[in-house]
Amino acid sequence: MSEFIHHQTAHCENGVTVSLLKHHGVDFITEPLAFGMGSGLFYIHIPFMKVNNGPAISFRTMPGAIFKRTCKALDVKVERKKFKDPKEATRFLDEKLEQGLKVGCQVGVFHLPYFPKEYRFHFNAHNLIVFGKEDDRYLVSDPVMEITTSLSTEELERVRFAKGALAPKGHIYYPVEVGEITQEQIRSAIAKGIKRNCRDMLKIPGSIAGVKGIVYTSKKIRGWRDKHGPRQAGLHLGQIVRMQEEIGTGGGGFRFLYAAFLEEAAVIMQNEQLARISETMTKAGDLWRDSALQMSGIYKGRITEQKDFDACADLLVEISAVEKQAFQELAKIKF
Amino acid sequence: MKKSEVPQDKSALENFTREVCYVKNEDGQYDTELSTGWEAKKVALDEAWKEIERRTSDAREQIKKGEASPILYFMEEKLMDFTVLSGYTGIWKFRIKRHLKPNAFKRLSDKVLQRYADAFEISLNELKNFKA
Repeated sequence: MSEFIHHQTAHCENGVTVSLLKHHGVDFITEPLAFGMGSGLFYIHIPFMKVNNGPAISFRTMPGAIFKRTCKALDVKVERKKFKDPKEATRFLDEKLEQGLKVGCQVGVFHLPYFPKEYRFHFNAHNLIVFGKEDDRYLVSDPVMEITTSLSTEELERVRFAKGALAPKGHIYYPVEVGEITQEQIRSAIAKGIKRNCRDMLKIPGSIAGVKGIVYTSKKIRGWRDKHGPRQAGLHLGQIVRMQEEIGTGGGGFRFLYAAFLEEAAVIMQNEQLARISETMTKAGDLWRDSALQMSGIYKGRITEQKDFDACADLLVEISAVEKQAFQELAKIKF
Repeated sequence: MKKSEVPQDKSALENFTREVCYVKNEDGQYDTELSTGWEAKKVALDEAWKEIERRTSDAREQIKKGEASPILYFMEEKLMDFTVLSGYTGIWKFRIKRHLKPNAFKRLSDKVLQRYADAFEISLNELKNFKA
């Protein structure tokens, strides 16, 4: 098998998907395509749940789904395994590496030594590739890093067995069989990815998910200043901005990434309409950036009146409408 | 976002990595650009850390007043919630909640305390003799 090439991407799971598939000769795959085929875009605001004492909001689909769906759509056979015993997990990893395989691992970032300390929270859905072992150190390709790095056995065991929500339990996964992928398969993977994303953004019952979820958050924001006081409410807004813009999103809460997918899809599907909807998605991303700027004014303490919170909420209502339009148009396309 | 508008602000990523942003190039096509950071989110992260410091010093105060055990302090310092601490110690959440009370903490065996110390990556001594 050929030498492994590190690819830096915006998001870790997209990156693992892209790098592993490329390694198996799937040359056409790009980060936007993997994200789109895996229906990566989402919005959800889970009520009554706190993450790091702030609101539980996500701009993307559940961890693991992008790799799983994209591989399935391309008829790529995948093996995955979780473990109780860290030593057994390491033995299994060593065995796979000896066979020359490159493998994806789910890890927690709290103990990840090559991450800046400021970024090390107990977040357990990070993904990286182990592509070899040299002098007792594992060679690691972390998709969000510019270059490859390495971890000792103890360091790797520790992050693979991080504890808390979404504990990885040594989760290891890798493609085992990649066949010839036809143009027809690529087109159907794109169509399926878009359809599923339309469903996720438009059709989930209740008010907390998809485009309705964005309006739900806007309503919450209007009440935060009275409920929590300006400082705590500002911290909540800071949490939204971090979920939306932090490393791994590609900017604008994954919306630019999805717009890039639609642009690529327009060429492959030879569909002008997809290119136009890509523009709408870009607009949504730009609005999310505007909203982040408005929110930052609040947590910097520069603007803290109720009207400033309302301005954030108004932007979210506008974003919801823009995304609703985009996905309604997408839903109408007959592939 | 246009390629030329990608913020290149100082952030905690400095000396570690730059991040990939999806942007429009001069021809209106999607492209990627590396960014060193964006001030708007840098401040969000800074504020989150100030809040952690505030919570940690709150915990210190509570321990001084005899309202909480050192476990609260280390939980805050290590950014742990009950799920995380329960995962690392193997102790049930409701028991951890009880161990946050000074009296319950005082009665803990070294064996149980060692599990907490390991989870916090400190020595048993540090945990037992913690001075707020």
